[in-house]
Amino acid sequence: MLYAILSTFLLAAAAPAVHRLTGRASGWVLGLLPAALFVYFLSFLPAVSSGESIVLAWPWLPGLDIQLSFLVDGLSLLFALLISGIGFFIVTYAGRYLEGDRDLGRFYVIILAFMGSMLGLVLADNLVAMFVFWELTSITSYLLIGYNHENADARKYALQGLFVTVGGGLALLAGIIMLAMAGGSWELSEILNNGDVVREHALYLPLLLLILIGAFTKSAQVPFHFWLPRAMAAPTPVSAYLHSATMVKAGVYLLARLNPSLGGTDIWFTTLALFGAVTMFTGVFLAFRSTGVKKVLAYSTVMALGTLTMLIGIGTETALLAAMAFLLAHSLYKGALFMVAGILDHEAGAKDFLQTGGLRSALPVTAAFAILAALSLGGVIPLFGFVAKELMLEAVLDAPSLGGILALLAVLTAILGVAVAAIVGIRPWFGPKVDTPKTPHHDAPVAMLAGPAVLASLGLIFGLGPGLADEGLINAAAASVQGAPVDGYLALWHGINWPLAISAFSLVAGGVLYWRWEQARRALAWVDRAAEYGPEKGYFKMMDGLVALSEWQTRVLQNGYLRYYVIVIVAMTAGLVGVTAQLFDVGVGGLDWAALKIHEVAILAILVASMLFAVLTRSRLGAVAALGSLGFTVALVYVLYSAADVGITQVLVETLTVILLVLVLFRLPGFLNLSSTALRVRDAGIALVMGGMITLLILSTLDARLFPSISQYFIDESVPSGYGRNIVNVVLVDFRALDTLGEIFVLALAAIGVYAMLRFRAEDRR
Amino acid sequence: MEVVMAFVVGGLYAAAIYMMLRRSIVKLVIGLVLLSNAANLLIFTVAGMTSGAPPLIAPGDTVPEGVSADPLAQAVVLTAIVIGFGVLAFAVVLIHRAYEVVQADDMDQMKDTDR
Repeated sequence: MLYAILSTFLLAAAAPAVHRLTGRASGWVLGLLPAALFVYFLSFLPAVSSGESIVLAWPWLPGLDIQLSFLVDGLSLLFALLISGIGFFIVTYAGRYLEGDRDLGRFYVIILAFMGSMLGLVLADNLVAMFVFWELTSITSYLLIGYNHENADARKYALQGLFVTVGGGLALLAGIIMLAMAGGSWELSEILNNGDVVREHALYLPLLLLILIGAFTKSAQVPFHFWLPRAMAAPTPVSAYLHSATMVKAGVYLLARLNPSLGGTDIWFTTLALFGAVTMFTGVFLAFRSTGVKKVLAYSTVMALGTLTMLIGIGTETALLAAMAFLLAHSLYKGALFMVAGILDHEAGAKDFLQTGGLRSALPVTAAFAILAALSLGGVIPLFGFVAKELMLEAVLDAPSLGGILALLAVLTAILGVAVAAIVGIRPWFGPKVDTPKTPHHDAPVAMLAGPAVLASLGLIFGLGPGLADEGLINAAAASVQGAPVDGYLALWHGINWPLAISAFSLVAGGVLYWRWEQARRALAWVDRAAEYGPEKGYFKMMDGLVALSEWQTRVLQNGYLRYYVIVIVAMTAGLVGVTAQLFDVGVGGLDWAALKIHEVAILAILVASMLFAVLTRSRLGAVAALGSLGFTVALVYVLYSAADVGITQVLVETLTVILLVLVLFRLPGFLNLSSTALRVRDAGIALVMGGMITLLILSTLDARLFPSISQYFIDESVPSGYGRNIVNVVLVDFRALDTLGEIFVLALAAIGVYAMLRFRAEDRR
Repeated sequence: MEVVMAFVVGGLYAAAIYMMLRRSIVKLVIGLVLLSNAANLLIFTVAGMTSGAPPLIAPGDTVPEGVSADPLAQAVVLTAIVIGFGVLAFAVVLIHRAYEVVQADDMDQMKDTDR
């Protein structure tokens, strides 16, 4: 398992080289890996469909008790199969769709890395590992959406997607940490068996809200739905992948995954059902009134995500079964339809449904599979979409509360959904022939047709034989979401009941809406004006605010005046030291003045006098002389207190310093009185506060020895290990030789810098 | 002695910061010199000041006789003195060069020379 996921990242790294070697066939060659992974995941199917869940673990950070563990059960296997299976078609499709693009190698890198992150996310059992993969999908999808980086819109909306999902990721991180605290483990497999403990925990409400923010932003629930259609700036294969099996389903996966642990409470039901239902209706409504090919599909994805969230929120057995069936159905038809959208663009140059019509004779194979997928989208018997939709309606009608509003939104969604399916399945293919920007000469190549063909056909096969999907995986997936075995089953024919009646009614009503599409869109033109006040407006306002805030703080803090930087640093240091000293009740021991000797007093008196003179004098020569006097006095202090080597060094360095200062400072103008008295008093105050703080610090540490000094080691080992009798020298050239080497480097660099500056001046003059 | 040194080092810090807050760039250099002396003395002081017991080992012994001064603090200060000199030399030449180019030693004027 570990190697399966690592292999995607390894292949991602090698992808550009493979692409160069294999040229036109690169899509097929690189597609071998997802295909192999799909087969590998299939090998888990017999065990998982009989109800087992498998945990595989590798030690990762044993010190922190974090292991890299993977959980294979119905839910994660369903996702893993979708990701690797659709991933195969996406990679081969992209090889042809982006053929000749000079960045195709880079594209393979990102899409394979994205696939690996997505697999890691759905298979991870450890919460930390899951979060790492979660963030990796955000970052790789940012790179995918911004693939056409020379396009300003692509950059802008890639960033938008990143901000929304990573912002949610931050909330998720906090939520996950609380979940681990409440559940008493970092392993999902253990937390899921601890549902009652988590639900009764005091942190339940905050952790639930934080996790929901993470899931809702990722899965584009209202009010975060705006980033998803904008992500259409990505190349079509990316959109197909992000929408069908991956990225946006990650949030739904998280909700489904945590359902046994967090679900079943009133707040879980109300939040998920309401947000999901509203998102579902908003999505289908916006899809109905859009005309861009990818935009219609994108909004219909928002609808699907809302439906899934709502079903997980309702949480009854039927609802969970419906959620898993709908998930599979949606992945199949949405993957197919997006690839069809790519074909429309690639062969006919059409990006808008209004530019299309009567294309069935030019693109017969594409048209056939597009219609098949659209029928599944519309929930028409006998496709798998119908099975899922019937179950969905049944679950909504049986919802424990909020029944009326959920049912109303579900019926409206069903009607508009049929109309949207008609737009996708009828508009481009039938009717009078419209002149498309490019005239298609032939149908799409095999690499681009394989995906739509297989995915749309699976929709039909699973529709005719729902037991195939049910016994294979859907039942096991619903069982892992429920946390208990599921008795229900999928069937094409449930008898004549309310859901069937609603389906039939929605077919008719949706058909009428499609017939009157032009008029309906005109009547709905006001939505554009209303949308200007929507959540996306809030996003842009927030971004502007962020920019304004950073401009303001840059102006205030990075103002270019050295003295204000110094003041900020000094104030921060003094403040932090002061507060810490207060908090830890640091005291100053008794002051022992008695031991002072007369020569010590004399030396310190000279030191202080030199210092004061250096500060107060108006003469440059006087200041330099005072500094020299101060330096030599300091050397005297070192010598008096047993530091002969330090004293010698100080004398040498001080001599050089004085010579240097005399040589250079006299080329600069004399001192001027540049500051007012008030400023001087203020600066003196700041300086004295800092000086006082240092004094207190020293006094409070004099008696404090929290742990033994490491110096004793150097003293003991100087002769046996270092073969030297001057311990300071042994420390410098032996024990801490690398420090000394670094010091030599610093001096050498300073010398080179000085030389360069003096030399350039000489050249300027020439 | 450490108690008095605490006040002296505090005074050196105050003097250094006061000089660094001035507008004249030469005073900034003086502040730098004061600051490096202050920091060295700070380390030297808090390591404990021992009089008349240099960290040397007599021939034939393997450890110094009796208590000796802290060799580690001395080594650190010694390194710091040399580095401080390197920084100072570089800063002084840089300032001189800047003065030649912009003909100003008031840092408020220097700040605006690239506008």
